Amino acid sequence: MISGRVWKFGDSINTDMMMPGPALYLPEAERIRYVFQANRPGWVDQVKRGDFIVGGKSYGVGSSRPAALSLRNVGIGCLIAESINGLFFRNCVSFGLLALECPGVHGMFEEGQTAAVSTADLTVRNDQTGEVRKALPVPRQLLDLMCGGGIFPLLESQGLIAPLPAKPGKTEMLTA
Amino acid sequence: MGSPILNKILARAAKKPSVAAGDLVVVDVDTVVLYDSNFFPVYWRDPVKIADPDRIAVIFDHRVPAPDRGCAQAHIDGREFAKRFGIRRMHDIGYDQGIAHTVVADKGYAVPGSVLICSDSHTGAGGAFNCAARGVGGPDIIYAAITGQTWFAVCETIRYDLTGKLKPGVTAKDLFLHLAQTFGDHSTYNVEFGGEGMRGMSMDARRTLATMGTELNAEFTIFEPDDLLADYMRERNPVPFEAQYPDADAIYAERRTLDLGSVETLVALPDAMIGNAVPVGKAVGERIDQAFIGSCANGNLEDLAIAARVVAGRRVAAGVRFLVTPGSQAIYRQALKAGYIETLLDAGAVVTPATCGACGGGHMGVLGANETCITASTRNFKGRMGDPTARIFMGSPATVAASAIAGAIADPGEYMKGANW
Repeated sequence: MISGRVWKFGDSINTDMMMPGPALYLPEAERIRYVFQANRPGWVDQVKRGDFIVGGKSYGVGSSRPAALSLRNVGIGCLIAESINGLFFRNCVSFGLLALECPGVHGMFEEGQTAAVSTADLTVRNDQTGEVRKALPVPRQLLDLMCGGGIFPLLESQGLIAPLPAKPGKTEMLTA
Repeated sequence: MGSPILNKILARAAKKPSVAAGDLVVVDVDTVVLYDSNFFPVYWRDPVKIADPDRIAVIFDHRVPAPDRGCAQAHIDGREFAKRFGIRRMHDIGYDQGIAHTVVADKGYAVPGSVLICSDSHTGAGGAFNCAARGVGGPDIIYAAITGQTWFAVCETIRYDLTGKLKPGVTAKDLFLHLAQTFGDHSTYNVEFGGEGMRGMSMDARRTLATMGTELNAEFTIFEPDDLLADYMRERNPVPFEAQYPDADAIYAERRTLDLGSVETLVALPDAMIGNAVPVGKAVGERIDQAFIGSCANGNLEDLAIAARVVAGRRVAAGVRFLVTPGSQAIYRQALKAGYIETLLDAGAVVTPATCGACGGGHMGVLGANETCITASTRNFKGRMGDPTARIFMGSPATVAASAIAGAIADPGEYMKGANW
């Protein structure tokens, strides 16, 4: 069971809001400063490690850019949305961001309330109201990847990618 | 119970007799496409081995020619990767370069009935070739290059039976806007196109529509095969292929018939395309600073031909920058030989080398604060092409070219009178 303070976002939150074009190739520490710059300026200074995002429908539409990595690196512990775009969900799996689709979740929380999520039975609970909903099922292999840091730790453990050099600027992938 | 096209391709790639919506399948990947962005330090992890160099293509497109030293280094690292693993399909800046999805089309890499992945969201462009092609994440690409495999969640399919013919001057881009306006979000569904109307569409028009499937939020977008596709592939790639038709009793989430003749010229208003399009007449007169035609969606030869016909003998309005980016250097050469480039230049357009460039706000046409642009490219999200206060309207190449001449959003019909469309 993990829990976190809820930040609420609406429908069709797109990848350009989470990772705008001009930020794409910046070092990760600078890139995450641009998260939600267009639609919620200043948010990156307010979000705390372990906070949750509760989103609306079609969360993450748009590009394949690694916006899920940025969310993880600003500290988001879990994303729960009414529905999640297929490509964005893939990136959540690949970069190790716990992401769940839970119909009804948007109406279940006010911003600032606390959400508790069980990865064992995929339930979402509002700690203030006590309301509980079940998230849509996620195949075990994908859930394990999301909770285990994603694809790179897997490949690294099998010796299939070179370890990151100690050089500054190449270590950002692992910050989370 | 029969299967739609996608299920048949995925079943074969997964070595299973059949797959159904809800299945998670691990498949062999026929083609892995890498592009320059993959090689930036914030994206890249260096493989120790790769499964098969002949299943990989490396195509530089997002940041070419290198606009800064970071990009130049990514290109150096990409070249080194291709050399180290003996990758022959290396499309570096020069003769064979272009936007990845356009080069994939030019070279026939998206083989009918096969599986192709790339970590760019518009990879679905390859669906025009009856190929299960889609965008995945950067780590998925590295994983697939190393192991030869990836995973897909099998989805239900929405089928469009196209009938009739687009009216003169109405393009596949308008057809996309019509779908986005009429049917909205296609999230969690594959989209399949077929029917007599589809068979009447050129390969370029199919590619525009397949590319824009991503903007319908479709999972996969795929077209039925036909003789035009078979001829197109045979001219480009000698490998044998087995195109997939849907079963006659295929199960679809929904089946929709659409008369292409009912599609009008549309323009999407800034920030979104789904549910945000209006007939061009409602946007006419909106002053613009920049007009752009390019990208994997609209950098095709047919798009350049349309633009040239609209601007022939006219001049771009004062104060407007009209940028045209061919999808590949091969298309650039074809357009040059056909006279389209000269016509565009004579009108005052700036023709750039093939690159993703302005479409993604990377370089070569970035918008400044409070500017207005009309674009025939892939996406008009807030901030997509530069400053977040810029307004981005989305239209067909005909509409964009007409607007460049008018200095404000214009109905291309007014510019095509007497032209032989």
